[in-house]
Amino acid sequence: MRTDLPTSTLLEMQRRMTRIRRFEERAAKMVKRGLIPGTVHTSIGQEAQVVGSCMALDDDDYMTGNHRSHGHPIGKGSPLGPLMAELVGKATGVCRGKGGSLHLADFSVGSLGESGIVGSSIPIATGSAFASKLLGRPRVSLAFFGDGAANQGVLYEAMNMAGVWKLPAIFLCENNQYALSTPAHTVTSGNIFERAAGFGIPGVRVDDGQDVIAVYDAVKTAADRARAGEGPCLVEVMTYRFNEHSEGLRIDNYRDKEQIDEWLSRDPLDRLAGRLRDRGITDEQLKELDAEVMEEVDRAVEFANESPYPEPSVAFEDLYTDEVTAV
Amino acid sequence: MSIMSYLGAIGAAQREAMEADERVVIVGEDVEANVYGTTGGGKSRSSEGDFLQLFGRNRIRNTPISEEGIVGIAAGAAMTGLRPIVDLSYSSFLYMAMDQFVNQVAKNRYMFGGQASMPVVFRSAMFYGLNTGAHHSDRPYPMFMNVPGLKIIAPASPEDAKGLLRAAIDSDDPVLTFEAVKLWGLKGEVGDDPFRIPLGVARTVREGTDVTLVAISGSVPDACAAADRLAEEGVSVEVIDPRTLVPLDTAAILTSVARTGRLVVVEPAHRTCGAAAEISALVAEEVFDALKAPIVRLTAPDMQIPFSPSLEQQMYPTRDGIVAALRRVTGLAPA
Repeated sequence: MRTDLPTSTLLEMQRRMTRIRRFEERAAKMVKRGLIPGTVHTSIGQEAQVVGSCMALDDDDYMTGNHRSHGHPIGKGSPLGPLMAELVGKATGVCRGKGGSLHLADFSVGSLGESGIVGSSIPIATGSAFASKLLGRPRVSLAFFGDGAANQGVLYEAMNMAGVWKLPAIFLCENNQYALSTPAHTVTSGNIFERAAGFGIPGVRVDDGQDVIAVYDAVKTAADRARAGEGPCLVEVMTYRFNEHSEGLRIDNYRDKEQIDEWLSRDPLDRLAGRLRDRGITDEQLKELDAEVMEEVDRAVEFANESPYPEPSVAFEDLYTDEVTAV
Repeated sequence: MSIMSYLGAIGAAQREAMEADERVVIVGEDVEANVYGTTGGGKSRSSEGDFLQLFGRNRIRNTPISEEGIVGIAAGAAMTGLRPIVDLSYSSFLYMAMDQFVNQVAKNRYMFGGQASMPVVFRSAMFYGLNTGAHHSDRPYPMFMNVPGLKIIAPASPEDAKGLLRAAIDSDDPVLTFEAVKLWGLKGEVGDDPFRIPLGVARTVREGTDVTLVAISGSVPDACAAADRLAEEGVSVEVIDPRTLVPLDTAAILTSVARTGRLVVVEPAHRTCGAAAEISALVAEEVFDALKAPIVRLTAPDMQIPFSPSLEQQMYPTRDGIVAALRRVTGLAPA
């Protein structure tokens, strides 16, 4: 464990993890009440893995997400209002109401977009690393993907190219152990992090992915290495989602209660709260932080609700950079 | 003006663009060795104009055989500051990267609400009619016309090859180019100065008054030859090469058909949902009243491409077939 992180950094980690938790709890409720069209995939339970990774990056570093990706821009510092507005489908949303929960992107914090197609955004992040290297920018690119996407061929094409070209890329596998209902070990041969060896790049596993500092350490090491021109890394983080694959989906026959309870007992927010208490942060202060975040989420929901829906004509904008009459 | 081959014109456009803008890079399989003749002066490293010597490996770079990864990486690079030209060689290989083309390249700008632009060019060549069999003979541009967000060019002359490619590289949107390999050796006059031909403007290859003949890509030379033959019989054929399929110059086609009252469309792609089908439907919707005869489409049949020359040659529209179609729509007796 790292000991040199200042308390202010740990507090910021706690704040960002809390933002993800409260934002997604609220979004889940809104889906249930029909206030968010479609569905959302929450990362509740995975906050340490998300925030530890994002905070190990610099503000202008790039990252891409997957279908479970509200947390990634939040972890990278996105304001909550435009994210919530996007979930509701409003004109003020980060993607002007075109993307929704599955395709959030916030370029202002380096989020190049999530992808509803499993594994599909991995080469996009790799490509941004390629651009950074060629343009001489000290930026790192991180591709988030799940254990399911670890079996997509494009990951290996991207890792190979990143390896041979020594790109400043990080391949971050969020192993929450289930591809929807399919246990990873039933569809994945061997260990995911060990697959990096085949490309001559480091592969590490963070066994305690509920510990935000452990994740931070691993990703910081990878980012420092990438920034120094030493090439990519594969980081696998063992974690767990507390909710279902997506809100509204009810299947309870693939994870047993004991397993769920065991992971619930290792809640990443509680874990870091314990550390903060050790540093002299009081329960009062932690409650205050939570209340501030709740208020932030309230304001985001209010912003989303009060924002107008996009004009119908907006559906016909943004396909091209210039005016093109559709064929 | 210089006399230049179609392939030479592509090389010239790439070199000009790379000299003009450091963000332009070429990536693809075997681009360093100039295997296909568009990235250098010859097959020797010491040849004048060798791109690797001129621009270095940062800007001209061989890729592994990883089409999906190449297309995705180019897309990500384009979204963050580069202007890549991706050489995918055989157009059949585009299928390997369908997810990236359809779900990332075409959609990212739209679904992210305009945050991203995608200045990337994907070059590929259609090797049909060269006995390369079913895995190398595709003409897949209609499939990509069905994907909103992509721009598509199919130049049929050296001048267009250079000018359209420069415009494609300038575009902040993704552009796919489809080159017919049988046009590669075609020679013609090409401007020496940098010039651009705007996307979305058709070329009237030959003016005429009796029938409009829209020809795409490798069909253009046959269309012109057929028009010559009809001229001998006193029939005036207007030959239009759309040059860019997305955006399509619908005005040029509709104006011409409104004037001539007759339409024949010829292209090397499959019949169902091809460019010819689209153009025919467009004309039927917009200028039906002007039509004096049914529209005729000449395409490849909905069949895979066989290897044997005796089998393959019957798969594409021929000069004689175009002549017969023109005679039919103009009411001339079959030759």
